[in-house]
Amino acid sequence: MSRTAKICCLLVIGLWLLMALAPSVLAPGDPLAINPTQAFAKPGLAHFFGTDESGRDIYTRVIHGAGDSLAIGLAATALGMGLAIVLGTIAALSPRWLDEIILRILEALYAIPSLLMALLIIAFTGPGVGPAIVAVGLSTAPGYARLVRSQIRSLKNSEMLEAATVLGRGTWRKSRNHLIPNALKPLLALVTLGIGQAVIWAAALSFLGLGTPPPAPEWGAMLSAGRTYLHLAWWMSLFPGLAIVSVAVSATLIGRALGGKVKSL
Amino acid sequence: MNTLAWAGRKVGGALVVLWLVASAIFIAIQLIPGDPAEAIMGGPGSQASAQALAAARAEYALDQPVITQYLLYLGKLATFDFGTSYSLKQPVTQVMGEVLPNTLWLSLMALAAAWLLALCFSALAMRAGRIGSQVGNLLEIIAAAVPHFWLGAVLIMLFSSALGWLPAVDNGTGHGLVLPILTLALPLAGFLTQLMRDSLSEAMGSQFALAARARGESRLKLFWRHGLRHATLPALSLTGWAFSSLLSGAVVVEAIFARPGLGRSLLSAVLARDIPMVTGIALFSALVYIVVMAISEGIERMINPAGESR
Repeated sequence: MSRTAKICCLLVIGLWLLMALAPSVLAPGDPLAINPTQAFAKPGLAHFFGTDESGRDIYTRVIHGAGDSLAIGLAATALGMGLAIVLGTIAALSPRWLDEIILRILEALYAIPSLLMALLIIAFTGPGVGPAIVAVGLSTAPGYARLVRSQIRSLKNSEMLEAATVLGRGTWRKSRNHLIPNALKPLLALVTLGIGQAVIWAAALSFLGLGTPPPAPEWGAMLSAGRTYLHLAWWMSLFPGLAIVSVAVSATLIGRALGGKVKSL
Repeated sequence: MNTLAWAGRKVGGALVVLWLVASAIFIAIQLIPGDPAEAIMGGPGSQASAQALAAARAEYALDQPVITQYLLYLGKLATFDFGTSYSLKQPVTQVMGEVLPNTLWLSLMALAAAWLLALCFSALAMRAGRIGSQVGNLLEIIAAAVPHFWLGAVLIMLFSSALGWLPAVDNGTGHGLVLPILTLALPLAGFLTQLMRDSLSEAMGSQFALAARARGESRLKLFWRHGLRHATLPALSLTGWAFSSLLSGAVVVEAIFARPGLGRSLLSAVLARDIPMVTGIALFSALVYIVVMAISEGIERMINPAGESR
């Protein structure tokens, strides 16, 4: 990937992070303020991205939505990746029979498509922001765990670890000096890719009416509201979607640049 | 490994995976807070009488010890009995049987469309220059990253609202299928193209490609006779994954385009917290995933007999 592309992606992510932390800098308005006389206003100078059915400013809502959307994505990734690291490491370092059992369980969990798994979890917990985070986190964990396992396994059988064993280094020192630092870089790539995916999955759940409830300025929830007015007000769906795609594409590209040959599956 | 032993191992592995999925679901059901009998009667708000609750308990064997319940549950699953839907009061398999053809048809068409698009894209990419291939690269990444729920909306805005070429809802003429299929196929096509291009460029730069060119074969013929075989292999091994991603996508696409199907039934079951329906569909999709994986591995063995499959 070219240098310019990398810089662009970092800029996009940086900008969204800024908006998530301080939304009022770029959008001083209130994302929930309704103004029925201004309903369905087209994008223009008064409202950059137009307004929705209650006259709420879409631009303000997209900017203020960054916080919720990114936070849910980050939390879900942290949960999924945390679980994956624990499970994958245990599987990779444990004796063959235990590794086999964990692998089988991961394979079983992997057989259910991610969104279906998330829906399954929500069927048990009921809808909401918390359940959406748990659902996305848990449903992405099996895929990551398999990658973490193979990563650590290949390191375990590497020559540098063999050398450390020959030198009589203990497990802890081996992990600290060789295993963890060398496993971390591909994991960082995976986390970056994962955040992009998690933002999409979380938005999908909100879109289906199972995550963040509607009046809140979350991107998926905004798309869900816009769906009813697709023929009437395209701007209600276009801009929140562009926000999601810009985050997902940037995260994917950065993850790839970090990971090189690490496959994203 | 001969084919029979391979098939035997596949079936055995599949059964273990299915048993694990079923057990995980059973454990999850046990962990739900609240009285399952109450859930059957329509949740805590239903004010079900004590007799009705007792009857539900007896009917669903909830008064038995957990181990007995577990064995009964596995026994039912073995005979493809997923129980009775709480909200529809019909056998889950019956409801699934009614909507399944819709989703299956949609997914298969989308899979075919995605493969077709991916083949066209990679053939085009082969001919493109440096800038063209970089643009293509970016488009593939965007296609792979665009979520179904937004792509569907954009396609409706473009082809239905703005241009008026295609209906947003199926009107029975078949035109209504175009947008749902495209919505499902485009992200998948982006993904497949990325994979195919990598192995295609590798194959086209190899010794045997050079030899074929030296024999005087045209680039197009080379692509068809040699490149394609190499390009399809890695993409083919992903078909199982692709199919399961199509099932995920079907939930969203069926919601957007108001099509009846497995995904729509699943969504309404989740909203109604209809556990037998949800677990039935989840188990079924796990089964589909396993079967599709086995089939695609079988095709891989046919295309590349030398390759040792795991």
